[in-house]
Amino acid sequence: MRFALPLAIFLALAVMLGLGLQRDPRALQTALLDQPAPVIARPLLEDPRQPFDQAALRGQVWLLNVWASWCAPCRQELPLLVEFSRRDQVPVYGLNYKDQPDKARALLRVAGNPYVASAVDADGRTGMDFGIQGVPETFVIDGQGRVRYRHLGPVTAEVWQQKLLPVVKAVQ
Amino acid sequence: MKMRHTMLLMAWAVLALQARADAGLEQREGALAAKLRCVVCQNQTVAESQAPIAKDMREEIKAQLAQGRSDAEVVAFFEQRYGSFVRYTPPWRPSTWLLWCGPFLAVFAGLALLRRTLKQRSAGAMPLTPAERERANDWLQQTDEENRP
Repeated sequence: MRFALPLAIFLALAVMLGLGLQRDPRALQTALLDQPAPVIARPLLEDPRQPFDQAALRGQVWLLNVWASWCAPCRQELPLLVEFSRRDQVPVYGLNYKDQPDKARALLRVAGNPYVASAVDADGRTGMDFGIQGVPETFVIDGQGRVRYRHLGPVTAEVWQQKLLPVVKAVQ
Repeated sequence: MKMRHTMLLMAWAVLALQARADAGLEQREGALAAKLRCVVCQNQTVAESQAPIAKDMREEIKAQLAQGRSDAEVVAFFEQRYGSFVRYTPPWRPSTWLLWCGPFLAVFAGLALLRRTLKQRSAGAMPLTPAERERANDWLQQTDEENRP
């Protein structure tokens, strides 16, 4: 009985800290949630003379996938994105983050190109506007140009089915 | 000759002022970098971290200060993009009240508990009544006699 109170306090602390350990402090929802997506005033990877035409994407739901040829998970993600975007009719656009365009284009030739178009963010400044923490990251952007979801890390079959696709369906 | 001296002096003054302004900016840059969290390394500030993104953030701070932005504007710039997570010192708002007050509450609770325990303990040490004292003396004498060889 003497130890009932300390034991209760200990158990409460242990449960609280244990739950805290299960959580990933990085997995915060983006600060841009439901905010207008930042402007991507960048040239296209496919044709550097052309700018990325963000205004033309109004009225449709699209994904912005931040990628780079130096990012190993991106290589694995590319063929999956090709498959999923084709199957579920979701347009995916790329933001080629701090990469060398030659290497980026080479990777797309080898691993498959899921992107309708990719914007070249050579210095990472656009990535900073999106508040990206690492590569890859994937944003769902709605018809009004607002950010509706952000996924950190590579897109897998589960992530696509359980996280990205439901958001896309919901905002379509 | 005098003209040249004056010109040299003026040039020197301009350079000195410039250097002082630069030093001021650098100091502010360092202070800001120490207030922001490196978003990929969590427990390091932008100033401490060697991560490429922290380097980008330092460059951004420097560029914005050079443009004449205030410290608050720079912090707001990062907070808008990365959320309040980016501030190494959490903001004071209802969701962080417990975070800020928790340690003090714990200390006060501990002090209150200590006070209560000490009070109970000193209350237990009551002086003996004359009758009790006599009985205690009897016992002591008995044990003394028993222990005598």
